[in-house]
Amino acid sequence: MSGRASRIASLFAGLCAASLAGCAGPQSVFSPASDQARWLHGLFGLMLWVCGIAYLLVLAFLAVALWRARGALAETPITEPHDGRLQWGLRAWAALIVAGLLTLAVASFLVDRALAGAEPRGDPSVRVTGQQWWWRIEVKDPASGRWVESANELHLPLNQPTPVEVVSADVIHSFWIPNLSGKIDMVPGRVNRLTITPRQLGWVRGQCAEFCGLQHAQMALDVKVDSPADYAAWVARQAAPAAAPKDPVAARGLALVQDGTCGQCHALRGTAAAARAAPDLTHIAGRRFLAAGAAPLTRGSLQGWIAQPQALKPGAEMPATGLSPRDAEAVAHYLEGLT
Amino acid sequence: MTGAADIHAASDAERCARLAKTWGDAPGLWGFLTTTDHKKIAARYILVAMALLVLDGLLAVDMRLQLAFPAVKRLGPQGFNESFSLHGSSMLFLVSVPVMEAMAIWLVPLMLGQRNMAFPRLNAFSFWMYLGGVLMLWIPHIANVTPDLGWFEYAPLSGPNYAPGHRADVWAQMITFTEVAALAVSVNTFATIMRLRPPGMTLARLPIFLWSMLISALMTIFALPAVMLVTSMLITDRLVGTHFFDPAVGGDVLLFQHLFWFFGHPEVYLIFIPALGFVASIVETFSRRVGFGYVPVVLSLVSIGVLAFGLWVHHMFAVGLPKLGNSFYTAASMAIAVPTGLQIFCWIATIFGGKPVFRTPLLWVIGFIATFVIGGLSGLMTASAPLDLQLTDTYFVVAHLHYVLVGGAMFPLFGAFTFWYPKATGRVMSEAWGKVAFWLILGGFNLGFFPMHILGLMGMPRRIYTYSDAMGWGPLNIVVSIGSVIAAGGAAVFVANALFSYWRGAKAGPDPWGGATLEWATQSPPPAYNFDHIPVVDSLTPLWTQTGPRPVLEGLSLDHRELLLTSPVEAEPDYRQHSPTPSIWPLLAALATSAMFVGSIFSPWALVWGALPVGATITAWFWPKQPRRHLGDKP
Repeated sequence: MSGRASRIASLFAGLCAASLAGCAGPQSVFSPASDQARWLHGLFGLMLWVCGIAYLLVLAFLAVALWRARGALAETPITEPHDGRLQWGLRAWAALIVAGLLTLAVASFLVDRALAGAEPRGDPSVRVTGQQWWWRIEVKDPASGRWVESANELHLPLNQPTPVEVVSADVIHSFWIPNLSGKIDMVPGRVNRLTITPRQLGWVRGQCAEFCGLQHAQMALDVKVDSPADYAAWVARQAAPAAAPKDPVAARGLALVQDGTCGQCHALRGTAAAARAAPDLTHIAGRRFLAAGAAPLTRGSLQGWIAQPQALKPGAEMPATGLSPRDAEAVAHYLEGLT
Repeated sequence: MTGAADIHAASDAERCARLAKTWGDAPGLWGFLTTTDHKKIAARYILVAMALLVLDGLLAVDMRLQLAFPAVKRLGPQGFNESFSLHGSSMLFLVSVPVMEAMAIWLVPLMLGQRNMAFPRLNAFSFWMYLGGVLMLWIPHIANVTPDLGWFEYAPLSGPNYAPGHRADVWAQMITFTEVAALAVSVNTFATIMRLRPPGMTLARLPIFLWSMLISALMTIFALPAVMLVTSMLITDRLVGTHFFDPAVGGDVLLFQHLFWFFGHPEVYLIFIPALGFVASIVETFSRRVGFGYVPVVLSLVSIGVLAFGLWVHHMFAVGLPKLGNSFYTAASMAIAVPTGLQIFCWIATIFGGKPVFRTPLLWVIGFIATFVIGGLSGLMTASAPLDLQLTDTYFVVAHLHYVLVGGAMFPLFGAFTFWYPKATGRVMSEAWGKVAFWLILGGFNLGFFPMHILGLMGMPRRIYTYSDAMGWGPLNIVVSIGSVIAAGGAAVFVANALFSYWRGAKAGPDPWGGATLEWATQSPPPAYNFDHIPVVDSLTPLWTQTGPRPVLEGLSLDHRELLLTSPVEAEPDYRQHSPTPSIWPLLAALATSAMFVGSIFSPWALVWGALPVGATITAWFWPKQPRRHLGDKP
């Protein structure tokens, strides 16, 4: 029996080691890229140690108990045992548990306080709204003081504590970018805030973490940590109106978008399409993914999405547009130019 | 009144014949529908729950096939969402809680040396209501009206604006059914343990198993009204346009979560605490010694029962509540590790200080300790308000809850099933196949669920039907799926063993394991009247301390259903209580109540008109009996 116990222990240790070494990635608690995620990562490490030791102690006691029982013959049951040493063991065990819990509770409290302490005083400069099944992104343009809208792709400036306001337009969603922060739910009727202080440049990924209906699985958020200069440039680019069509095909695409069904839900700033029910398309070609991470954004995926949105993301709110292949091609061509 | 002389005059054979006639059921279908025998009712509960366990296991395998590789097209979003909703709702509301209650219904009277529960007809009613709940979920599933929003259908997703049709209603009303059933059982179990103990079984000599059932019954009574309230509010939101959960007109969606988890967290413990009772009985019997630390274990159970009501907010750390409050719930959640950890120590200490016999039930307990402790420790991680923000709603939590519920409750249940199987059937399950099933389930479970912790930390949220190859979750997911299939194979061996042993197992005799508590003092399977004589108890382990003829109490009628009531603390004989006879009215009352519940999905008027047949059947059920002397009972 003790062999089995040690096998489990070594499996546990092996998996822990593997998990810490090989599980980094763009959407992983193991690759913290902000102050907040690093604190949580540190807390997890402490917890893993304390809990790992506690588990090994339990297994060791169990192994000793089983080892001691080897070859014992079943006699008359013991009804008046003498357990003096075990009584002391129980007290020591209780003291150990309390000490371990105090360590964890205090560490947890300190991390929580650090998270709260990182909140800057100012108003939020980023607002994210969860909707079935995409993210509305609004950032404050420091140049004009106006809110500029985008979708499904969020940029954050390096080394700056950025307060993010999260709300919901329909059901409960949860805003989660594991490399940058823990979750915060988007609750209808409430405004929640969290602060992110990114410490590492590059792309990371977020995903809705509260079941929000049919396409909960395909509600991803592409996140880029920029240098402050790049961030300013991104905000300025988002604030600009949609690029004018460069050729007649694109012009026909624009006409179809404005006058056809697209414009009834989508907005393209600088054109007649100004609805807010669906993602803002003003700079759609500047994003890396389509339909909240359902597919990489390419000319092919754009055209496929326009023709048959339900094939890529069944149940998505976008209806079949009914455009002819030629029209769909023109629309895709136009959208492809909107960087 | 039957004279004492008459009772003493009756020979043993004649006693048994008269008792069998008094406590037996009518033959045939009528007997089946009217029975109030706690053993038959419990067996029905257990068989239905086990059948659902198999179905829910198949759903789990189905989901694991979908998730084994990236971008599998097998189930699609709707199919997957229905699968996990059905799996979770069915497991929590129709399997875990009821099966623990059923073990109580079956074992409590036997362990008390009694002939039935305190309220036999209520017992029958509870089973029919439970069966109604099972049909309420599974018949709509056949008709493709399957709930598809998980086992806690958060508003507003389950509200009228986002969940048209009747899927959410089916889920909510299924809960109403099962909660009525559970409340009926809990009141019954509580009253039975408090008032129907054998003479001498003071509270200080109450086996741990009965303590666990007593505490979980009390917890059920306090916890369940909250969930019935919240599902009823959901139904009125959907049916008559109340706006409890509509923030646009002043409702609050978090109200749903508070009420749900005020029930939902204690629910986990009212599944887990009976399992601790199984562990206590098994460890004691197979370690061949009285369990170590009776007082600490009982106090631990009581404190878990109390603390369980003070930590529901740890399911809501991410909703944005004030941080100070969250810290309180972190401390409360972590505090529950103290009583749990002490109990784990006590079980191991019992093995340590005993002379253990390694039969299958004890293996399940060892598997329980090795597995459940992982779930308890990962629970400490999720109890930390800040760290939980990285863990909640990911596969880490899926791993945690399965370690706690399967490792912590199902493993002891499988042990208990093996342990008491001979008492119920008269035959012992095969040890060899029992061990095969044990190792397959233990190995498959850990292989299947341990990697989920890592998947969660790698960013995999729960309840997603697909993921892309680029996420890097593929390799661990295939390991998880292989583990699940191995565990499912083990479960198949377990079921086959149970079925095969029913006809071919070795004869058990009254006490195959050398047990310590009263249920082993009667035949296997027990007769309709359970015990020839009412036993008298003088210790925690009466069958171990009473050598020679066992002391019994005389004085109950052989020709009328009578139970001995004793005082709540000292268990001193109080008076003889008439025990109700079989009756068709509990079934009819359950049918009337079911019709009212089902109708109220469609129209609020169903509550008004449906209440009439409910009132009529219950009136008939409680119609006063004629005094004893008119029934021909001569002095």
